[in-house]
Amino acid sequence: MNELPTDLRYSKTHEWARLEDDGTITVGITDHAQDALGDIVFVELPECGRKLAADEPCAVIESVKAASDLYAPVAGEVIAVNAALRDTPEAINNSPYDEGWILRLQPDDPHALDSLLESTAYAQLIADES
Amino acid sequence: MPFIPHTPEEIIEMLATIGVSSIEELFDEIPAELRLKGLAGVPEALSELEVTQLMQARARADQPLINFIGAGAYEHHIPAVVWQLASRGEFYSAYTPYQAEASQGTLQVLYEFQSMMVALTGLDAANASLYDGASALAEAVLMAVRANRQTRSDQILIPRALHPAYRRVVRTLTEPQGIELIEIPYDRKTGQTQVEALAATGIEECAAVVINQPNFFGVLEEVDALTDWAHAHQALVIAVVNPLSLALLKPPGEWGNRGADIACGEAQPLGMPLSSGGPYAGFMCCKLGHVRQLPGRIAGRTIDRAGRSGFTLTLQAREQHIRRGKATSNICTNQGLMVTAATIYLALLGAEGLARVAAACCANTSLLAERLSAIPGVGPCFTGPCFHERVLHLPVAVPVVLETLAAEGILGGFDLNPDYPELGAAILVCATELRTPEEIERYAQCLQAILASQS
Amino acid sequence: MLIQERSRPGRRAPTQAPLQTPKLPDLPSHLCRTQRPALPEVSELEVMRHYTGLSQKNFSIDTHCYPLGSCTMKYNPRVCHALAMLPAFLSRHPLAPAEQGQGLLACLYELQEILKAVTGMDAVSLAPAAGAQGELAGVLMIRAYHRGRGESQRTEILIPDAAHGTNPASAAMAGFQVREIPTGPDGDVDLAALRSALGPKTAGIMLTNPSTLGVFERNIRAIAEAVHGAGGLLYYDGANLNGILGQVRPADMGFDIVHVNLHKTFATPHGGGGPGAGPVGVRAQLAPYLPVPLVERTADDGYRWLTESDRPQSIGRLTAFGGNIGILLRAYVYARLLGRQGLSRVAEFATLNANYLLARLRSAGFTLAYPTRRASHEFILTLKPEARAFGVSTADVAKRLLDYGYHAPTTYFPLLVPECLLIEPTETESKQTLDGLAEALIAIRRECVENPELLHNAPHHLPVSRLDEVHAARQLDLAWRPTVGEGSHG
Repeated sequence: MNELPTDLRYSKTHEWARLEDDGTITVGITDHAQDALGDIVFVELPECGRKLAADEPCAVIESVKAASDLYAPVAGEVIAVNAALRDTPEAINNSPYDEGWILRLQPDDPHALDSLLESTAYAQLIADES
Repeated sequence: MPFIPHTPEEIIEMLATIGVSSIEELFDEIPAELRLKGLAGVPEALSELEVTQLMQARARADQPLINFIGAGAYEHHIPAVVWQLASRGEFYSAYTPYQAEASQGTLQVLYEFQSMMVALTGLDAANASLYDGASALAEAVLMAVRANRQTRSDQILIPRALHPAYRRVVRTLTEPQGIELIEIPYDRKTGQTQVEALAATGIEECAAVVINQPNFFGVLEEVDALTDWAHAHQALVIAVVNPLSLALLKPPGEWGNRGADIACGEAQPLGMPLSSGGPYAGFMCCKLGHVRQLPGRIAGRTIDRAGRSGFTLTLQAREQHIRRGKATSNICTNQGLMVTAATIYLALLGAEGLARVAAACCANTSLLAERLSAIPGVGPCFTGPCFHERVLHLPVAVPVVLETLAAEGILGGFDLNPDYPELGAAILVCATELRTPEEIERYAQCLQAILASQS
Repeated sequence: MLIQERSRPGRRAPTQAPLQTPKLPDLPSHLCRTQRPALPEVSELEVMRHYTGLSQKNFSIDTHCYPLGSCTMKYNPRVCHALAMLPAFLSRHPLAPAEQGQGLLACLYELQEILKAVTGMDAVSLAPAAGAQGELAGVLMIRAYHRGRGESQRTEILIPDAAHGTNPASAAMAGFQVREIPTGPDGDVDLAALRSALGPKTAGIMLTNPSTLGVFERNIRAIAEAVHGAGGLLYYDGANLNGILGQVRPADMGFDIVHVNLHKTFATPHGGGGPGAGPVGVRAQLAPYLPVPLVERTADDGYRWLTESDRPQSIGRLTAFGGNIGILLRAYVYARLLGRQGLSRVAEFATLNANYLLARLRSAGFTLAYPTRRASHEFILTLKPEARAFGVSTADVAKRLLDYGYHAPTTYFPLLVPECLLIEPTETESKQTLDGLAEALIAIRRECVENPELLHNAPHHLPVSRLDEVHAARQLDLAWRPTVGEGSHG
């Protein structure tokens, strides 16, 4: 069973989002998503300063057999990316919610996160998909 | 039945196992009105003997001429070993090495080929080949637009002194993606593409500049200055090079202050017969930072479970079978068998052998140009330094001269006038290491006689 | 060991290059290299042994049964190779005049005619250098056709979700948007979904038939009617033409454009991944857009190339010269050897072999992806039950099959079917070989139960054990480099 922290919000496309104290939002992919992708070998990160619409593809996560887009869970501007993933993409496999974070957004709407799923609803989504 | 091993008894047994009474029944899901009643437009079968006689007769009709054309396809000596080895069934009849453990031969050849192209071009990484030099350039243009993060420009500067067929192929393959090709004129005196001509476009930045060394006229470009101009304008540099010339010429990775970003070209001179234009193999190399934008297959070295070295296809997430509509290219194959030949050719010749071939071509072409230029009305069009091709002007229209030469068994050169009317009556000639002094003399005498009869 | 690692400074194969060092050409020194490229320095015998040894590490049709689905790994007759390698064909320059290539051009012209006959199309161009280039030529012709009619708003290409990845990649290269069409439970295209996707933006649809699911698309006439009704064109991906050769023609099914993979259906070699050849055929209204060059028969029964100046509406040129001519010659020889009856028999026996193997495996307990359907020339097994029960993957089974001396079928494609094996035996395999393959798969299924570890660690009898693809992708090693001091100074 994959790990599913209750303090995060989730998208239907398997991203997680965390509201930080400073109002920014950290984004990564869920434990379920990394498990489905398998060993991650490369992450293509966006440039800082890029403005993203909600659901816009903004990064690519590659395993040996698959390449998966990361979709912005909410609209906003990229203010940081996890540059460490360039050398250690496996951090997403080992620590999807912590060291494996992918990017940080300054959301256009401070309440945008409310539109995303809670952990229970996301758990149901995974159950339905399988 | 040709190439079908079934005996009548086996067919009956197999149908019984399936539970049908005839082969015809196996097509029962195809709507009956669509079924074909025979292939009327196809001739009756021939035996191997008959087809051999047919093909030999056709080959006799195509007796080769003494070849003084290069223009993108070069006739070189191919050591006997090359196609003896490349024709081995284990290379010839293998598929793409998707099951790496059962394809270590092919995969190691690809890795060795990539290593040789890296050595020749001075860049960091190579793919396992593309269809040919022209389509490789088109792919390089698409790659440069993807890879250039400093500019959002879709403009590419492309020299007029690049092979006309390459320019056409680039147009076919890049126009649908909205890429704009801006043609850079050459200097009428030297035959070179000059920095001033790049600057005259007034462009402040563009996605890439294509630099052709030697260029289509055989003239050597001032690659350092062109490369530095491109980099100063946020453009990537795409080098289009003849791999044979790299035995002697500065590798693209060392051009200018930063080196070219991508190098591509036609690998045909490395052990591939002329074959009326194909199959050949395009190659492509790049700096490591761009490797994820490189199209086509790439072999990589890795380890097996016992820690032994082995080879596999890698970076496959770039490719169409995984990335589908977002892939770097739609290409699936490489020109595997041709690459096998090229790898064996380069292994046999080594750096010394390749340099000797290159030098012999240069020397023969120089001799040819001098000898032909001694004929009244014939002379070089350009003053720039040359590799193994030359542009010569003629005193009369080219087609009739070439036709008369062909009747004498001589393929006298490539008529430049249709593509470069500004040059008037001009031909592009090449004498590779295969051409003997006697053949060169014979060409000169024939040409002299033709011109004398024309005047 | 790499050929580069066999290298010893100063060793050479001296007879291969000009014996005399010619006077070095007078090239400007700032344009010359200062250090010799790090190419191997080896003897001719070392080259011979090295590459003979490497070849022996390959599976190939000449050495192993190669039931790779959708790849048509049939025997490549040697006479095709021998005749394409006749010296006069090999030494002809691409820019030599047509008068000096009448023998070659006759073969190419007749190949165009043969391909017209087997596809039912009105015109054929041999120019595309591979199947993917044929596809691209096909969608570029769709684009040119609509633009020619002032309908450049047609920007969408429909593609079934079971399609090979090349289809969407080719459509994207031609500047189209791709719309995926779902497949119904029995393997046919979901007709209702297709109809609702059609509209004023529809440029066309790309289809393979028999599909990549190993079944014949039974609704093809209805699909053609719907797409044509919406103003779109139908493109036939010839990947599976071997299954219907001489039985049904793409034009009769309603297709407007087709590409043929000569390296599949016409038995030209795969060469370790190419060169292939992907000629395209079209109906008359699309003929002006065909890629150049084409071969035309002249009034005096000679032949000539048609190029850009003869064909102003052409989508253009795809390679510098005429495509993979040597491969076209091999396909021509193959077609002449088989003749009209022989070509029709190809599909009959390819289908017989596939259905026989299917019947044997089904009775042994394997699960079919489409159990209610007749197999075409290939079929799909799903190993989902075995994966669930015994924890083995399709990759494990594929690698284990290599130990038994059979190349693995296509794995994990189509993406629709979980844990799938796509098996295409082709017509050139004998009943005995098919029985051997069935027995090997049955034995492996027994091993799933008794000793799954054996599968997890397979292959055991190949030159290397399972290779680490993750390591290859994370620690990129794409080229050998000399250690310092190894590159010789020239």
